[in-house]
This record gives sequence, structure tokens and C-alpha cells, in this order.
Amino acid sequence: MAQLICCNLSAGYEGKAVVRNLNFQVHAGDYLCIVGENGSGKTTLMKTILGLHPPISGKIFMDNGLKNRKIGYLPQQTDVQKDFPASVREIVLSGCQGRCGNRPFYSRTEKQMAEDAIRKMEISHLAKRCYRSLSGGQQQRVLLARALCATQKMLVLDEPVSGLDPKVAAQMYAQIEKLNREDGITVIMISHDIEAALRYATHILYIGDRLFFGSNASYQRQFSQAFPGLKGKGGDQS
Amino acid sequence: MTAVLEKLLFYWNYPFVRYALAVGVLIALCSSLLGVTLVLKRFSFIGDGLSHVAFGAMSVASVMKLTDDIPLTLGITVVSAILLLRTGQHTKIKGDAAIAMISVGALAVGYLLMNLFSTSANLSGDVCSTLFGSTSILTLTQTEVWLCAGLSVLVAAVFVLFYNKIFAVTFDEDFSKAVGTKAEVYNLVIAVTVAVVIVLAMNLVGSLLISALVIFPAISAMRVYQNFRAVTICSAALSVVCAVLGILVSILGGTPVGSTIVAVNITAFLLFSAVGRWMGGGGG
Repeated sequence: MAQLICCNLSAGYEGKAVVRNLNFQVHAGDYLCIVGENGSGKTTLMKTILGLHPPISGKIFMDNGLKNRKIGYLPQQTDVQKDFPASVREIVLSGCQGRCGNRPFYSRTEKQMAEDAIRKMEISHLAKRCYRSLSGGQQQRVLLARALCATQKMLVLDEPVSGLDPKVAAQMYAQIEKLNREDGITVIMISHDIEAALRYATHILYIGDRLFFGSNASYQRQFSQAFPGLKGKGGDQS
Repeated sequence: MTAVLEKLLFYWNYPFVRYALAVGVLIALCSSLLGVTLVLKRFSFIGDGLSHVAFGAMSVASVMKLTDDIPLTLGITVVSAILLLRTGQHTKIKGDAAIAMISVGALAVGYLLMNLFSTSANLSGDVCSTLFGSTSILTLTQTEVWLCAGLSVLVAAVFVLFYNKIFAVTFDEDFSKAVGTKAEVYNLVIAVTVAVVIVLAMNLVGSLLISALVIFPAISAMRVYQNFRAVTICSAALSVVCAVLGILVSILGGTPVGSTIVAVNITAFLLFSAVGRWMGGGGG
């Protein structure tokens, strides 16, 4: 069953479209990688799907289970967060804010949910530590735990391994793959790293001078000449 | 030591001293609550701009010979807070430039009005006490005392009620919006609350020194504590202690209330920085 369908979607901001006429759909349990060069509008598209920007034109349909914004979002880090005095537990618990609605305080169930997410991300020993004192990889795990508090169905990740060293990045990818395979959570991920995208994703959405949407296998068939050794950066052959 | 105590007891008999202490404690408490958020959201400058607007509004009130200037000042400052927040987000004039324009403009117009329609013999004294709050905390009427107390309780209640949402929106606005939290509404709540705090604090320290009251306790607490709740509680406690100390010192030494409180806050900041460094914690 399709969880998310984009019909003739154009996304941008202040009335100017950055990506045009996108058509794709995401089914429960899919692992979709959105790839493309810098400035091609990947993050803009993602923010439009999340409802942070209104779409310029076209439609986004969501499955009933996701209607109430039940999507877990892992944004790129902002400057504010780098020196933010907050403990890991406080940040993960803030992932439950959508469940809270207009209720001012978190319930026991929500606190338990945060504890479970912390355990799942293997950061229990850091729960009382201050966010700003953690390493880059640890911080990403905290934000992933927070995203898990918001959803059991779909994770939307914006460059989850940017700035991490290769070993930590590999652990992060493994963690995300586990959530996708074992818990059946749909993953939509923006990535620079085409190699990793082709290793983990079931579907690929390429945004750039031309558009592609399809399964991982058909992407590799179509672009195998363009990416000898699957290491190319763009879609251009020359 | 006994002489100091006797002097304090002597002053304690005067109701205006008791009022000043009670109002001072309440104002210090609520001005420190939002400090952490303002510093982290890079909103400190909005507080500064609004305090100048409040000065302009207050001079309009005194020109109109209003006996009770708080309601008018409050109204104008709250409206400016809402407008400033909107300009920051949407218009062509960049946020900081808009704030600089409004704050300097309000300051100039306020002084001009006071000069043109001067009602008292001692104009520069009036201006000075509005800017630096020299003695206004000791001259509050009973109505003003109750109004201050009511508003302080309201600010504290709003903060406690929205604590979790304010934390979430401060830490990550995009995430909050993505999970359906109405971030704009909470930003508005923050801006309006700051406006109320500023009008209140104007009585205590004067309009030029308000930012110090909002920001110093928060920054001091951030040097030592590592989580949001502890930082908030510590900055509230610190702000109250500094205000009480400042008021007592100013009564005993005859120094201006506002600048004495700020001086105590600066001392506390230096102390907390040293402690933070010694503990190896803190940041930045």
C-alpha cells in the first residue's frame, strides 16, 4: 500500500520552483534515497513533503496513518544546537511533542517511549550527558532516537552521515538499515553518497538536469554506463 | 554588622521598601525565565529593541499626563513585539536592521516628546530615571504593585505551562513544525511574554538595563549547568538572589537600584564563569 504519493509536484520557496513535475510513490517498508547534486533542491523537496513549505503546484497524498504528521524527521544540524545546554534525555523526549498535542506535559507512556528509543539507539550511558559535549556520531544517534519517538512508520533523514568519519558513518547506515528491515519503518533519505545509496536503498529518486524514479536495480541498469564503478557524481557522461 | 541589620530593620518598617523587594523578586524571577530561550534563539536583540520602544511609549504616557502609565506602555510594547517578530520573518528589511531602526527611532522620538511637552522642572532627572530606573521601584503606587505582581505570576504561569513546547521550538523549529507543533504560535507567545517582562522590568532597572536582567542570569547558569531544566532553575534562582542583594545594597549605600542589581549580576557571571572553567564543563 502506498504511504506517500507525489503527483506532478513542484517544490520551491517564495513562489519559485526548484524541482518540477515530480511523480513518485513510496510504499510501506521502502528505503528511498534521494540523490542529486548540491542545490538541486533535495532538502527543499523534503521540507515540502514534511509540510514545512507549501508545494508550488501538484499534490502530496499521505496514508491515513501519517496524516497527523506521524513522520520522524532528522534534520541537518543547526548552529543553535551546537552550544545548546540540554541533556540527551530532554532532547529525545521532545520527539514526543506531536503526541502531546496541546497537553502541556509529557505523560508516563511518552517518557517510557523516550527511554525505549534511547535504549534502541544504544545511547543509554549518555542519557544524562549534555548534547553539546557529544561527538558528531553520538549527536546523530540522539536525533535519530528523537525521530523514533515521533513515528513508528516513516523516517525522513537529511544527510544523516554528513561530517561523520567513515567508520561511524557505516555504523549509522547499519542502524538505519536495521530500523528499515527489522521494524519495517519506511526510510526516505537524502544522500550525497551514491555508493551507499545503491548499497542500501530499494528505490532511487534522482533530481538534477533530468529526473529519475525507480527501483535500485533499474537505476543501475539505466545508469551503469554513466557511473562506471558506481562512483560518479553527476549524470553526465563526458 | 548589627548596625547594618538595624538599618535594614529600620527600612523594613516602610511599606514602600517591602513593596520594592516583593516586586523586585517577582520581576527578577520572570525576566530570567525566558533568558535562556532568547540567548539560544539569537533573540537577545529583540529584547533590547523592545526596551527602547517601551521608553518611547512611557514618554508618550507621561506627556499625556497619565497617572498610570503601565497599561499604555504594555499595549504599545506588545504590539511592537508582534510586529518585530513578523518583520524578522517575512519582509525585505532584514530583521536586525528593522530592530535597530525601531529601537533608535523610539528612543529619539521619546526624548523629543519629553523635551517638547516637558511637564516637570527636572527633565534630565526624569529621562535619567526612565532610562536607568534610579528610584522608580521605590515610588510605585499600590495599584502598580498589584499590577506588577499579577503580570509576573501570569508570565511565570505561561512559562511553566509552555515549558516543554518552548524547549522544543528553541532547540529545533523545523522538527517541531514537521511533527505538527505550531511553532509560529509559540514564537508569538515568547515575543509577547518578553514584551510584558520588559515593561515590568522597566520599573526595576530602567529601560536601558533590562537586557542585562534578561541575559546575565541565563548566561551565568549556562556556564555551569548542562541541561535545560537545571539552567532554567539556576538562572531563575540566581536572578532573584542578585535582585535582592542589589536592592539591599542600594538601600544601604544609597546607590541607584538598577545599576546596582546589574553590577551584582556581572559579579555573579564572573563567579560562575570561574566555577565553570574549574569544573571543566560549560561551553564556549
